[in-house]
Amino acid sequence: MEAASHTAFIVAAYAVAGAVIGGLIAWVMLDYRAQLRRLGDFEKLGLTRRSAARPAETIERTEA
Amino acid sequence: MAIADLANPSRFLNLANRVIPWLGGLTVIVFALAISRAMNAPDDYQQGATVKIMYLHVPGAWLGMLGWGLMTVAALGTLVWRHPLADVTAKAAAPIGAAFTFMCLVTGSLWGRPMWGTYWVWDARLTSVLVLFLLYLGVIALWRTVEEPSRAARAAAILTLVGALDLPIIKFSVDWWNTLHQPASVLRLGAPTIDPSILIPLLISALAFTLLFAVLLLAAMRNEILRRRVRTLRLLQASTTS
Repeated sequence: MEAASHTAFIVAAYAVAGAVIGGLIAWVMLDYRAQLRRLGDFEKLGLTRRSAARPAETIERTEA
Repeated sequence: MAIADLANPSRFLNLANRVIPWLGGLTVIVFALAISRAMNAPDDYQQGATVKIMYLHVPGAWLGMLGWGLMTVAALGTLVWRHPLADVTAKAAAPIGAAFTFMCLVTGSLWGRPMWGTYWVWDARLTSVLVLFLLYLGVIALWRTVEEPSRAARAAAILTLVGALDLPIIKFSVDWWNTLHQPASVLRLGAPTIDPSILIPLLISALAFTLLFAVLLLAAMRNEILRRRVRTLRLLQASTTS
C-alpha cells in the first residue's frame, strides 16, 4: 500500500522532469526556426547586414 | 582556433552549428544510460523506491546553481571586459537555469511529501533555492523589459552579481542552520556518504543533465545571436523607409 502510494510520487516527479526537458527543447527549436524565418524574410526584401557575406553563408549552412 | 576567436559571433555560430548535433547525440546516449542505471538501481534502505527521485532532483539543483554561476562569470565579462558573447551567454542561460531550478523545487517537493510528511517547509535550504528561482524570474523579466540589449545586459549583470550571494547560502545553509533538508552527501569534505550502487547512477544522471544543459545553452546562444541580427535588420529597415 505504502509502496504503491510512493510510486505515484516517483511517476509525478519523472513526468515533471520530462515536461521541463521537453519544454526546453521545444523552446530552443521553435525559437531557432522563428529567427531563421525572420532573417529569410529580410533577405527576400534585399536587406542584409553590412558584414552580411559570412552570416548569410552561416544561415545557409544551418538550414541545410 | 583560439578561444579568443570565439568572441566573434559569426565564428561562434559556425562552431555551434558543428558542435550541437554531435553534443546532442552524445546527450541522448548518456541519458539512455542514465535512465537504465536509475531504473535498475537498488532502493534505499530507509527511503525505499523514492530514492529514484534523487536522480532528477540533485542534477536539477546542481544545474540551477551552475547556471547562475555561469551567469555570474558572464556578468563580469559584460561589466569588466565587455566581451561580445558575455551578455548573450547570460541571457541564454537564464531560462535554462530557471527551468532546472523549477525542476529541483518540484521534484524535491514530491520527494518530501512521502519522506517528511509535507510538500514544503520554510527551512533555509528550500527557501534559498526558492529565492534563486525568483532571482532567475527577475533577470528574465529585466531582459524582456529593457529593449536595448546593451542596457539590459548591464542591468541584468548587476542583478546577477547581487544574486550570486545566494549561491554560498544555498550550499552551506544545511551546515549553518538546522534544516529538515539533509546535509551534503556528495559534494562535501571527505568521501561521499552514499553507497556506490546509488552514487554511480546519480553521477551518470548528473552528467546527462549537464550535457543537456550545454546543448541547450549553445542552441539558445545561437538563437540570441540570430535574434540580434534580426533586430539590426529591423532597425535598418526602419531607417531606410523613414
